[in-house]
Amino acid sequence: MSWDLVANVAIAGILTGLVYGLMALGLSVIFGVVRVVNFAHGEMMTAAMYAAVVLFSAFGLDPFLATVPVAAAFFVLGYALQAGVINPFITRPEHSQFMLLVAVATILVNALLLGFGPDARNVQVDYQLESFAVGRLLIDKARVFAALLAVVASAGLFAFFRFTLAGKAIRACADNYLGALVVGLNVKHLYALTFGLGAACVAIAGCMMVLLVDVTPVLGPSYTLLAFVIVIVGGLGSMSGALLGGVLIGLSEAMAGLLIQPSAKSMFSFGLLILVLLFRPQGLLGRKSP
Amino acid sequence: MSRAAALLLVLLALLAAFPAFASSYLLSVVTLILFFAYAGQAWNVMMGFAGQLSLGHSLYVGVGAYAAAILFTRYGIGPWAGVWVSIGVCALLGAAIGFLAFRFGISGVYFALLTIAFAEFTRIGFDHLAITGGPGGLFLKVSQRDSWDLLNLRGPPEMFYYVILALAAGAFLLCRALLGSRAGYYWRAIRENEEAAQALGINTFRWKLLAVMLSAAMTSVAGVFNAFYYNNLFPEQIFHISRSIEIILGPVIGGVGTLFGPVIGAALLTSLADAITEALAALGWEVPGVKQVFYGFVLFAVVMFLPNGIWPAIARRLGVSR
Amino acid sequence: MNRRDFNKAAAAVGAATALAPFGIAQAQAKKLKVGVLLPLSGFMSFIGQSCKKGSDLAPPVIKQMLGVDIELMYADFETNVDTARTRAERLIQEGANVLVGPFDSGAAVAIAQVAEQRGVPFVINIAAAPQITEQGYKFVFRNFQTAIDIVRNGLDLIGDLFQATNTVPRTAVYMHVNDTFGQAMTKGINAMLPRATRLPFKVVDTIPYDPAAKDLTVEVSKAKASNADLLLIVCRLNDAILVRREMVKQRWNPMGIISPGSPGMYEEQYFKALGKLSEYSISNVPWYNPNSKLTKIVEKEFLKQNPKDKLVFHGLNAGFTFEAILIAADAFKRAGSTDPKTLADAIRQTNITEKMTLGGPIKFNAKGQVEGIGSACVQNLHLLPTVVLPAAAATAKPVFPSPEYKKA
Repeated sequence: MSWDLVANVAIAGILTGLVYGLMALGLSVIFGVVRVVNFAHGEMMTAAMYAAVVLFSAFGLDPFLATVPVAAAFFVLGYALQAGVINPFITRPEHSQFMLLVAVATILVNALLLGFGPDARNVQVDYQLESFAVGRLLIDKARVFAALLAVVASAGLFAFFRFTLAGKAIRACADNYLGALVVGLNVKHLYALTFGLGAACVAIAGCMMVLLVDVTPVLGPSYTLLAFVIVIVGGLGSMSGALLGGVLIGLSEAMAGLLIQPSAKSMFSFGLLILVLLFRPQGLLGRKSP
Repeated sequence: MSRAAALLLVLLALLAAFPAFASSYLLSVVTLILFFAYAGQAWNVMMGFAGQLSLGHSLYVGVGAYAAAILFTRYGIGPWAGVWVSIGVCALLGAAIGFLAFRFGISGVYFALLTIAFAEFTRIGFDHLAITGGPGGLFLKVSQRDSWDLLNLRGPPEMFYYVILALAAGAFLLCRALLGSRAGYYWRAIRENEEAAQALGINTFRWKLLAVMLSAAMTSVAGVFNAFYYNNLFPEQIFHISRSIEIILGPVIGGVGTLFGPVIGAALLTSLADAITEALAALGWEVPGVKQVFYGFVLFAVVMFLPNGIWPAIARRLGVSR
Repeated sequence: MNRRDFNKAAAAVGAATALAPFGIAQAQAKKLKVGVLLPLSGFMSFIGQSCKKGSDLAPPVIKQMLGVDIELMYADFETNVDTARTRAERLIQEGANVLVGPFDSGAAVAIAQVAEQRGVPFVINIAAAPQITEQGYKFVFRNFQTAIDIVRNGLDLIGDLFQATNTVPRTAVYMHVNDTFGQAMTKGINAMLPRATRLPFKVVDTIPYDPAAKDLTVEVSKAKASNADLLLIVCRLNDAILVRREMVKQRWNPMGIISPGSPGMYEEQYFKALGKLSEYSISNVPWYNPNSKLTKIVEKEFLKQNPKDKLVFHGLNAGFTFEAILIAADAFKRAGSTDPKTLADAIRQTNITEKMTLGGPIKFNAKGQVEGIGSACVQNLHLLPTVVLPAAAATAKPVFPSPEYKKA
């Protein structure tokens, strides 16, 4: 096995992992703060992918540019979903939450099927099939750009939580719900804001993903699972953890595919999930939660 | 006898007489309902009794199915012996998962994710196992369908109907007995407040583990039934997460932790699915996907407005206890 | 009722009675009810809808050809085996005389059991699992190749291709989906390839991949690293597109991409997604004969019902679905009755020579399987799937190696 094969595969794994990381980031933020298990996460990403496709075919809008309107739209939708539908479920048992989001996911997937039909859709931009030649390595251009945007978006989110008042308020809610209520924070609004932000992250990730993968209505569930694996491995509630988890999963799946059998590479991720859940449930970068 | 018991007997009598006047189609639908009522009841043991949310129950269905199927196709061992192997293997599997989870203090969402991970891991694993036929699937030889061969579970659909009816009824009675027993009190205590139960001196670890093992064992029997009724197994289908979700739909909609919940839930959901299909056909709206959208909305509505499930609401009306 | 109405009524009754012996006034016309089970929703929906184009055009074409009336009763089994079973039962209850479908092997087994139990003939349009016709069923019929046949024909055609273009690669790398279909095909290939003397290339690496994988970078990297002359692939649609794209990104241009028998590269979406990158991919699959008389009739009706589409993109799906209904109609015509058992007997005597798909006449052996169904070497040329072999059915010459092939 030549080193440039390994290097090519590893780099591709890391780059893709960063985009997965962005998707998982949305989930981490939602779960870390609102404590709701968003089982419709992958479906939301699929919807975002379709949005990018529509904008491309209608206006010729490059997916990178499309991230702005799509993220904005999903922010609003996410906010509405949380405030309107999910809020009462925060105190309900997990299986109720799960069922609710399964219902949402079912509706979403089949609405997409109705609207777009079962055929795969994609965008076709020039740089999609090009690659940078660096020495003996061939690095996929689209993947590089997508990964860069993922990092930028994550940094933006990180800055939001660190430096803005709203961000700090949200972190307060996550840390101490009762305390937040006591000091007079509008928790309901903040939760909705968080869900909106999470949805916006997923939207950006979706716009990027459509450069790499064709979208069909049934993509959702596997992305939801992937997001959960990454979030658990990286650490719930830790943003850098989500990115790190994404990179780790992307890289390990790639390596597992190379060294063992490609068709079994997902097995590796689930195995990793099991190990993390058992031995370090707070994930790599998460804090031990009560 | 109590009102509840009387109603139950009537129901059982109706179900027993059902094949006599039902069409083949209705029979297949009710068989499916009873299957999910049974599987849901089995799942309910883990959730309703011990409060552990399992989203990977397809694992036990699949392992149970494959164990019995392999014994039958390769070694000619009939399902009545094979089912004990399935039960044993799945009980051990459940014990392993439960042990790992409880030992490391994993609960709630994390436990649910753990169960998903195990199921997915096994699904992909079986896709690569040559002994089970890999992704190509395992086929049972379908020999005869006319007379009842209960020993080998070969026979007409009516036979399978009665088998699953017996299983569903048996599960119901078993759960009822358990709930009323000392074990049942321990479980309910653990479900309501684990710390308080521990303070009372209940060995929560042991009882939770037992619930998990029992649930797994019961579910494996559903797998055995599945193998002999459908006569073929594909890892992609039987271990798939959508199957796990199908199993829990009944109890969650019907009412988690109740005895009737899984039965009512399974009955309502399957009938609903069919009813929507018929209604759409009558309206001429047979576009692919429309049915599932309606189905999703109904699910949504029930979860939204009847958070404890449908059965508790009905039970109050009927004046029976849960 | 006054006298005028009574007279009218009496006249009507009189007329009806007079005409009755001729069966003309009979409301119950002799019509064959065909239950069509397809995955119209769920993840196989695009295939199901493709098959449906073939069944939709069947009634008018069959009326024209055989003078027989058919009523189609559709059921969507939602790519779910449980639903397949109950839907099949429902169709039979609603009076279906024969069942046709379902494309998926798992569903085929479930429906077969129902059909066998109820004594209603079931004609399978497309399903490759060999076991389906090995169960000893009396009411199950398949007009499609088993995975073993597909492989044998596929490999034969590769040999023909080498001969026709005077090019023989020395090495090949074999990629395949790791699902039911892919595994069945791989078993066949592993058994037959070593004994195929016209295929002297060495398979230097075998790379199975997950059909649901959305990223095939690793797989294609491995394939490229093998330095093989030829890419042999058993795929499905979405992964075929991913592989081709990845090959471009990694700048790998082997002599050719050949599928010994799998869906994907000849489907419309492959062309739409890849544009001219789809050129030269080859699929050796059961296909229809573009020059046959029946094909031309079917194509005309297809264009009438689907003016913006082309039959060639649905060749396999629509062709075999149509033929399954044709078989049912032909049996109905010969039997003169809609009684399922009579129909089944008639189907067993089927001998249709005027057909659409390649190969010998439609005749069922004792197991209910048609032998001798032909495959074609279908190459993507000018953004259309084109039959290049066998020569008798070809509409163009094969291009191999691909013009972009660079010597290592």
